Amino acid sequence: MSTVLAVLRKDLRLELRTFETLPAMALFSLSTFVIFHFGFNQAAIAGQLAAGVLTVTLLFAALLGAGRLFVAEREQGGFDAFLLAPVDRNALLVAKAVAMFIFLAVLEVIAVPAFGLLLLGPPLGPRLPGLIAVLALADLGLAVIGTFVSAIAIQTRARDLIAPIIGLPLLIPALIATARAAGPLLAAHGSGSPPTKWIAILALYDVVFALIAYAVFDYLLED
Amino acid sequence: MPDTPAIELRGVGRRFGERTALKEVSVLLPRGATLAVLGRNGAGKSTLLRILATLLRPHGGEVEVLGEPLPRRAFAVRPKIGLLGHEPLLYRDLTGRENLQYHARLYRLPEDKVDRLLEAVGMELRGDDAVRSLSRGMVQRLAVCRTVLHEPELLLLDEPRANLDPAASDLVEPLIGGSNGRTRVLTSHDPEAAIKEADLVLGLRDGQPAFLAQPGGLDARQVKELYA
Amino acid sequence: MTTFGRGLRTLVLATVLTIIVALALVFFYAPLDADQGFIQKIFYLHVPLAIVSLCGFVFGGLLAIGHLRTRNRAWDMRSYVAIHMALIFGVGGLITGSIWAKASWGHWWDWSDPTLTSFLIVLLLFATYQPLRFSIEDPERQARYASVFAVVAAAFVPLNFIAVRLAQQFVHPRILTLGGGNLPGSMRLTFLVSLLGMALLYATLWKYEMTAKNARIQVRRLRRSLLGDDSVRPLGRSAAPS
Repeated sequence: MSTVLAVLRKDLRLELRTFETLPAMALFSLSTFVIFHFGFNQAAIAGQLAAGVLTVTLLFAALLGAGRLFVAEREQGGFDAFLLAPVDRNALLVAKAVAMFIFLAVLEVIAVPAFGLLLLGPPLGPRLPGLIAVLALADLGLAVIGTFVSAIAIQTRARDLIAPIIGLPLLIPALIATARAAGPLLAAHGSGSPPTKWIAILALYDVVFALIAYAVFDYLLED
Repeated sequence: MPDTPAIELRGVGRRFGERTALKEVSVLLPRGATLAVLGRNGAGKSTLLRILATLLRPHGGEVEVLGEPLPRRAFAVRPKIGLLGHEPLLYRDLTGRENLQYHARLYRLPEDKVDRLLEAVGMELRGDDAVRSLSRGMVQRLAVCRTVLHEPELLLLDEPRANLDPAASDLVEPLIGGSNGRTRVLTSHDPEAAIKEADLVLGLRDGQPAFLAQPGGLDARQVKELYA
Repeated sequence: MTTFGRGLRTLVLATVLTIIVALALVFFYAPLDADQGFIQKIFYLHVPLAIVSLCGFVFGGLLAIGHLRTRNRAWDMRSYVAIHMALIFGVGGLITGSIWAKASWGHWWDWSDPTLTSFLIVLLLFATYQPLRFSIEDPERQARYASVFAVVAAAFVPLNFIAVRLAQQFVHPRILTLGGGNLPGSMRLTFLVSLLGMALLYATLWKYEMTAKNARIQVRRLRRSLLGDDSVRPLGRSAAPS
């Protein structure tokens, strides 16, 4: 646990110092909203379409962030330093996933209101509690898969390509569940609470892949 | 002091794909002694150090470090070794102090140790500058601090004095020198200086041991041939 | 020394026989479907291909666990061949499925069929297996990372099917369900024999490729030990284990 905190603290400090990943993710999301606006040629969208746009934008922004997750470890010897220390290897997975979760949460604090302003037809306010619940579960899945895929990709020669091509298909079930859970929320006369079926699927996805990633992560570190 | 040797290697080998990086290396190093590993670039020196540091698993033979077999008991060995390699293993965008504090947390050490070490290597004034703004010699001094932070019994030093001027070299001497009974394995770009420090010298050629001798029993021709 | 290809001949004979029987049943025994006519017979090719391919992916994942547990690269080889073969079967299953969709629903692709859709997603995921391997040069790391991928991807197969199936609210009236649950007897028998034939074909091809690869590696090893390291050309970058 103290190892997780040590790595997390170091990662957040590095991000605050360099300010590389988060601004990139946020700008990427905003540009994507603008692109969707012109792509659809619509001033406002609602319902399933809006949910799809939001989910896809966050998904791609997440992959953008995930790609940076291990770059400092790889290029500045962080892996070796960590592996030399007498610590549980899985602490690295947990710390990186938590860092990724925090990045996503901060991103959404910017991107979701921007989405409400720029694209969403119905007012965002009353839908916010339900949306936060859905996005929190979605972020968990994105953080776990993002970390896992990034840890694989960082050791390959084509790492910028490998992370998205593996990550996207792996994330499709989470994407389906997120979009379907958010769809009714964002409808013009939405109910305000997301459908439990999709919340359950999303939670199942998160739990299953968190456990699997935890079980296999060790093998990605040894040499 | 435990009676097991510090390092015991029996027929250790390691491949990378079809390339053999290390083959049939056997060494017995008592505690408190210094082993110098000599050889040209790519002779297997760094591979050997990485195996001893638990970062690489051997493909053949047996490795025992500080009485513990590797890689099975790597967890027990890690707190007792310090590796100083070619890479400083420091984050460029953090300060020296922050880097060392991070390592102190990984090893669960009190953080005031960091300040004392920074002072010992003459870095107390530049310790709060980002590592990327420091000269290579200063980075190397920080790397030495990182290596000895947890007071390891066994030091694995890959060209430890690279980039250090004589004054800085004297500063780190008490930390990584052989005087206070530490066991050390070191490689050097300067074979004569390394032999002077060593109790045992291992020459590697293409991953295979060319000689293993005490400095007294070593003749200059053998060393020369190694680099020919 | 390994004996190569033991049992391969028996396996080949069994496969050929079963497939002949299956074809005979498909064309002469199974009744013509009332709505779809002759084209419906592609069902006996498409569904077994898809089922065998999915099982092949999961099989590859299980073999990969063997590699992670034992660190024996032979397991990685088995896993690689299993996934490689399953990919080929999978592409076949996708194409025949598309033909069937065109024949029965009038268009080449139908998103409302959850099985076909999830199959496409699984295929997209496993299609990254080879590029992943190819982009890791160190053979040991390649084997380990590929195994980790195979384990995760195998676990992904059932989860993906659940999610996609639930996502389709308007499932086409399904004339035939997987596993032949409500097929008439003669169709069911034909289907099961076809499935067996396809499974045997997969097993034969798997074993055949394993045999070929092992033999090639053995020859290379012998050359190296008899004639020295320079007698063999260095291995280029490859996605295949060696």
